[in-house]
Amino acid sequence: MAGTAIRRRLSWQRAEVLALHRETRRAWRLSLRPPDWSGHLPGQHVDVRLTAADGYTAQRSYSIASAPAEPGIELVVERLDDGEVSPYLTDVLREGDLLELRGPIGGYFVWPTATAGPVQLIAGGSGVAPFLSMLGHHRATGHPRPVRLLYSARTVDDVIGRAELEHQPATVKVHVTLTREVPAGWTGLTGRVDAALLAAHTVSPAQAPHLLVCGPTSFVETVASALMDLGHDPGRVKTERFGATGGP
Amino acid sequence: MSFVSRGFARRRREAPPGRLPPGQYDVGDGFPVLSAGPTPRTSLANWDFRVQGQVDEVRRWSWAEFQGLPRESISVDVHCVTSWSKFDTRWEGVSVDTLLADVVTAAEFAVAFSDGGYTANLPLADLTGGQAWVVDTYDGQPLEPEHGGPARLLVPHLYLWKSAKWVRGLVLTLDDEPGFWETFGYHNYGDPWREQRYAGD
Repeated sequence: MAGTAIRRRLSWQRAEVLALHRETRRAWRLSLRPPDWSGHLPGQHVDVRLTAADGYTAQRSYSIASAPAEPGIELVVERLDDGEVSPYLTDVLREGDLLELRGPIGGYFVWPTATAGPVQLIAGGSGVAPFLSMLGHHRATGHPRPVRLLYSARTVDDVIGRAELEHQPATVKVHVTLTREVPAGWTGLTGRVDAALLAAHTVSPAQAPHLLVCGPTSFVETVASALMDLGHDPGRVKTERFGATGGP
Repeated sequence: MSFVSRGFARRRREAPPGRLPPGQYDVGDGFPVLSAGPTPRTSLANWDFRVQGQVDEVRRWSWAEFQGLPRESISVDVHCVTSWSKFDTRWEGVSVDTLLADVVTAAEFAVAFSDGGYTANLPLADLTGGQAWVVDTYDGQPLEPEHGGPARLLVPHLYLWKSAKWVRGLVLTLDDEPGFWETFGYHNYGDPWREQRYAGD
């Protein structure tokens, strides 16, 4: 899969910041224009590097949230108050600044193309970012394969990509579950993702879906384990995790 | 060519000199978990560790036999390609030198293989000479499944993806055969001090 594309040397480049939008209480969306970009696979990420005046550098990985066909790339950045990179990106960075990055990186946690069949996406928090890219790609290609997203967010104000999630083609079914506060009139799901919620609202093992799970470590661990209990083939479950203190 | 990110300054504490490879940060007390799929479930009754491939004879240890091998305590810094490092991690396990002691081989490379299908390739020279272990204990406790228990490889001088979790054996090979992440664009060798994160670094 795209072996040649990811084998080329990954050079650092300076992308122009085209826009910064506060997406939710804790998440911002960055629109970037890398000068040398040959496209990406939905699900791939970039490494971002910050350099201080004294030469000190810090780098972190961020999933690409935009579809390959869109111009430039978009990243979703969750602000971690005690972080080093994310508060800079959300508080200091401005339109017109240059941001050093390299990518696209990773050929594993990507949209499955080698085989057909339904795709089940399961996101916790900002783990939805790579799935926004995948859903955008799916919408752009008009492919008939069924896709489902189960997305766990704290409150309705924490739902990243809310507008685009509400406008999906008929092949896509999106379920959002809220774990902390539920507003009056909410018709979606509530509560944490567990075995019962997975059994009721995800593609069954009988349909042999591709499963992609992305979120904080504890979320991914719980979900992946429950998927195995439900009878899914572990070989069809791909995971991507953000550590509590090691993530972006 | 020097580039400065406007308004960026260090926010994390400075690491002791010589401890932090380029581009890494000290994660402190945290111990992030990264893996490509579900945590495998292997009962100790079915667990074994094998040395196979280009060997005079396949070696196999059951869990009980593995527990009877000479053990070592290791205190090392570990470095993850996703840019966190963790200092003074304490492990216990069996040196790969012990596992390879009587093996006759012409191999120069090895592929570590794990439950769940994960693999990582390394030069044999990086697994011997007191540089690598199969560990089953972290910080005095049995290694937790999400950190690779019951046992994982530990090769602390390379990025941590080479230290295969849930390891079940080594295949010794004449030729270098890329492992899991190595086929997805990650560096074939992975020396953190030379910042070999991705192919071509």
